[in-house]
Amino acid sequence: MAAQGRIVWVSGPAVRADGMSDAKMYETVTVGNSKLVGEVIRLTGDVAFIQVYESTSGLKPGEPVVGTGNPLSVLLGPGIIGQLYDGIQRPLRELSKASGSFIGRGITTSAVDMTKKYHFVPTVSNGDEVAAGNIIGTIQETDLIEHSIMLSPDHKGGKLSNLVSEGDYDLETVLATTEKDGQSVDVKMYHKWPVRKPRPYNKRHDPTVPLLTGQRVIDTFFPIAKGGTGSIPGAFGTGKTVTLHQIAKWADSQVVVYIGCGERGNEMTEVLVEFPHLKDPRSGKPLMDRTVLVANTSNMPVAAREASIYTGVTIAEYYRDMGKDVVLVADSTSRWAESLREMSGRLEEMPAEEGYPSYLASRLAEFYERAGRVQAAGSPDRNGSVTLIGAVSPSGGDFTEPVTTHTMRFIKTFWALDAKLAYSRHYPSINWMNSYSGYLADIAKWWSENISEDWFNIRSETYGILQREDTLKEIVRLLGPEALPDEEKLILEVARMIKIGLLQQNSFDDVDTYCSPEKQFKLMKLLVDFYNKGQQALKEGAALSDVRELGVVSILLKARIDIKDDEMPKLEQLEKDMHEQFKSISGVKVSN
Amino acid sequence: MTAEGGVQYSKIAEIKGPLVVVDDVENAAFDELVEIETTEGERRLGKVLEVGNGKAIVQVFEGTTGLSISGTNAKFVGKVMEMPVSKEVLGRVFDGLGRPKDGLPDPIADKFVDINGEPMNPEQREYPKDFIQTGVSVIDGLMTLVRGQKLPIFSGSGMSHNLLAAQIARQASVVGKQDDFAVVFAAIGVQYSEAEYFRRSLEESGALKRSVLFLNTADDPAIERIITPRVALTVAEYLAFELGMHVLVVITDMTNYAEALREISAAREEVPGRKGYPGYLYTDLSTLYERAGKLNGRKGSVTQVPILSMPSDDITHPIPDLTGYITEGQIVVGRDLFRQGVYPPINILSSLSRLMKDGIGEGSTRDDHSEVSNQVYDAYSRSQEVRALAGIVGKAGLTEIDLKYLELGDTFEKEFLTQATDENRTIEETLTLMWKIVSKLPKNEITKIKDKHVEKYYQEE
Repeated sequence: MAAQGRIVWVSGPAVRADGMSDAKMYETVTVGNSKLVGEVIRLTGDVAFIQVYESTSGLKPGEPVVGTGNPLSVLLGPGIIGQLYDGIQRPLRELSKASGSFIGRGITTSAVDMTKKYHFVPTVSNGDEVAAGNIIGTIQETDLIEHSIMLSPDHKGGKLSNLVSEGDYDLETVLATTEKDGQSVDVKMYHKWPVRKPRPYNKRHDPTVPLLTGQRVIDTFFPIAKGGTGSIPGAFGTGKTVTLHQIAKWADSQVVVYIGCGERGNEMTEVLVEFPHLKDPRSGKPLMDRTVLVANTSNMPVAAREASIYTGVTIAEYYRDMGKDVVLVADSTSRWAESLREMSGRLEEMPAEEGYPSYLASRLAEFYERAGRVQAAGSPDRNGSVTLIGAVSPSGGDFTEPVTTHTMRFIKTFWALDAKLAYSRHYPSINWMNSYSGYLADIAKWWSENISEDWFNIRSETYGILQREDTLKEIVRLLGPEALPDEEKLILEVARMIKIGLLQQNSFDDVDTYCSPEKQFKLMKLLVDFYNKGQQALKEGAALSDVRELGVVSILLKARIDIKDDEMPKLEQLEKDMHEQFKSISGVKVSN
Repeated sequence: MTAEGGVQYSKIAEIKGPLVVVDDVENAAFDELVEIETTEGERRLGKVLEVGNGKAIVQVFEGTTGLSISGTNAKFVGKVMEMPVSKEVLGRVFDGLGRPKDGLPDPIADKFVDINGEPMNPEQREYPKDFIQTGVSVIDGLMTLVRGQKLPIFSGSGMSHNLLAAQIARQASVVGKQDDFAVVFAAIGVQYSEAEYFRRSLEESGALKRSVLFLNTADDPAIERIITPRVALTVAEYLAFELGMHVLVVITDMTNYAEALREISAAREEVPGRKGYPGYLYTDLSTLYERAGKLNGRKGSVTQVPILSMPSDDITHPIPDLTGYITEGQIVVGRDLFRQGVYPPINILSSLSRLMKDGIGEGSTRDDHSEVSNQVYDAYSRSQEVRALAGIVGKAGLTEIDLKYLELGDTFEKEFLTQATDENRTIEETLTLMWKIVSKLPKNEITKIKDKHVEKYYQEE
């Protein structure tokens, strides 16, 4: 029995209604004469406290509130890929048909086109026993996505009958029915799932496969695993959004869910404009064919911002259950936390640090725990993963503020953006001293099996040079560079080369924007070789200026831009040239 | 949008700070416009912040000074606050609530528009990429402004941000067709002389007839400041999206706006966020800044250059901090450069234009623009490090290449950054100057520019 109440109080996105004793917690309700969408977030007696997902301007006490009986849910079926949704899965394209260039209120639309026909190929037969999560057939959603039609995870199971034959059907067609205990249930191409409830799976695997992003500082130095969690905090202007866009573009996953949570409108537009023209480096198909966007920009209603994170992660889990690797990028979790703070304030809850509610940490933990590499429920056996990457926008760039500190407790890869690096246009401005990855040991095996057995050692050596430089910098700051002996000056020199030739990456350059793991390794190895040869040359009496002025230096610095992924022989040649050039300077000195 | 029912009068129960609590309210809506009438017949405007249980909390824009509980009536108008708009607003001066201040009658309204606006649908936005030549080298070359961008100036008290904003407004209006360009200027709590300087500067350049001014000066009511940017942006949106004009909105000073917001929040006894500012400051600011942009299928654009003075020059203060997270970059005015007498004293290292990458390059500025600007940033940043080092170990402790960077830094500040307030440089002049700076370096130090561009533009001594 749906609750029917009346508004008694309105303040911003918060509404109180009485006569709501039949309402359930987190039930969706329609609010007021203009039928705004809201969600029950507290019940006291017959008074319900409702957060409204649309602007409440003009709402009055006395207007009706009607329960829907259902929690906030998303529709899961073909047609999701390529969409731009708002925080509660309304397609913004459809909204613009209803209300033009600006977002109107009280508009109901369907999340996907229910009349579009897809070519369904059944993979089961009449009479089969099926259970929750089972795949009954497939359709081709986009050129890149084969979409499995699954029974809902809360399906009771049973014996399959009335299965349609291969052919074109729309979303409302009954594809089959299941019979159990005398009850028959229709199976369609879609089902609904409540956003705040993680979708169940069979079991979890350890994350041991790296998520390759084509970004050197990430893949080589601070890698993230498929099914892992990562966070990217940084003050404004440090390049968070560009880095997240790069991950969304080039990560080797099958599906990308990009959540613009309380961020700039133009950033979502940029993705919408750019992605259809960009080609997936592995398949050559447009990137939009694997991307879903959820946009609740900063000026859109604040409560829907809170929901957008859950909408996105539920969609990600749905594609994971098909056996796909999914990356979810949320920009920015700080804005999501602020929407929690705002609602908490309106509820007059006792605040914890900086006005954030005391449950901030547990909400963050719940969200990041939805990442994982899992064996999906139902048959056939399939493994999929959800990788969660959240941006954090610490106020004043201060990493000790609550959202950053709590996030750090629940993630394993931390890419700390550094304003100083960004100011000198070192992009991506990921600080190599403050960042870390908890997956390094787990994924080293993959690199040694697929790229090179030396990967782990060479990486440690490279990182070691950067660490030594960090300590030497202190001395230089006090005494000037001339105070150092030559072998330490070489460390400074090579660290500079590592920064320019390896760590920096120009996301707006056609070649440099994506770097294959083979090229990443080779570049790194060349730099380490240069360092070792250089130290040896110094020992053998060469002058530092000889090493510094080798012709190979400027080529090494520009190799990331000048040499394409498929031009690996050029890097081999560079290696040979380097050896020759070192021989020449060592030779001169020895003959002296 | 507007509430039905309409006019009703109610008694005032409580007055605290800028708020009045109205009793026996039956039919008021959230956000509704309220007229407060005193015993003397004076009328003030306000809006509903909270309504329920027979009570409404109303924020009074003109302040509550002189209001008394007895005899004062609140009238609920039955609609949200609206601004009358038409082409006739061009050339006019209004007060902070959008009422004529130039002694002329109300402009004849083409229509009335809700001053809060509605959020633009991101799907309907057009990605901004049309280069605006401001004639200021450091902006055009290193932090390019594009149509539909929001690019604030972060400054500090007493510095030359107003000169700069006025120069941008004057010079940006000269290029392109005069007809479709307009300037909307909103003064929020600034001194009369600053607002007057801006007005005169527009007048002298002949741009005043294409401008709309909204003035809330320091002696005007503080709470009115919540409304001033909103009426200004409502007019800007109308000019841009209904009349197809390219509108440049200059708002100064956003710090005063945020302080007015804090005052209301404190009066409502809300849980504060950082430095006493309300937790929703970010969201509130975004409802102003996000009104910049371009729309698919419409000709005009709204470009915002808000100015804010950073309290104690602190860029991590909540106002510049939250602004920077919303706007598409920032132009930071530096105290050190200002003290040295440099104009414009822009600290390029902390400044940035996020939309620059799409507004420059072949077809709009020049194909080498992005690379040479990266190299200038990199080199100037290195020159600053060297300068700091030279301060400790002296020039004698520097390497030969370090000395080159030191010299480069001086050339940058004296020849490129420094510019007269009436000097309008073309983008070609700006790029030539940038190559002059880069050419101070030997070629093997140039790591961010492709060889073909180095060959073409490098200036051999």
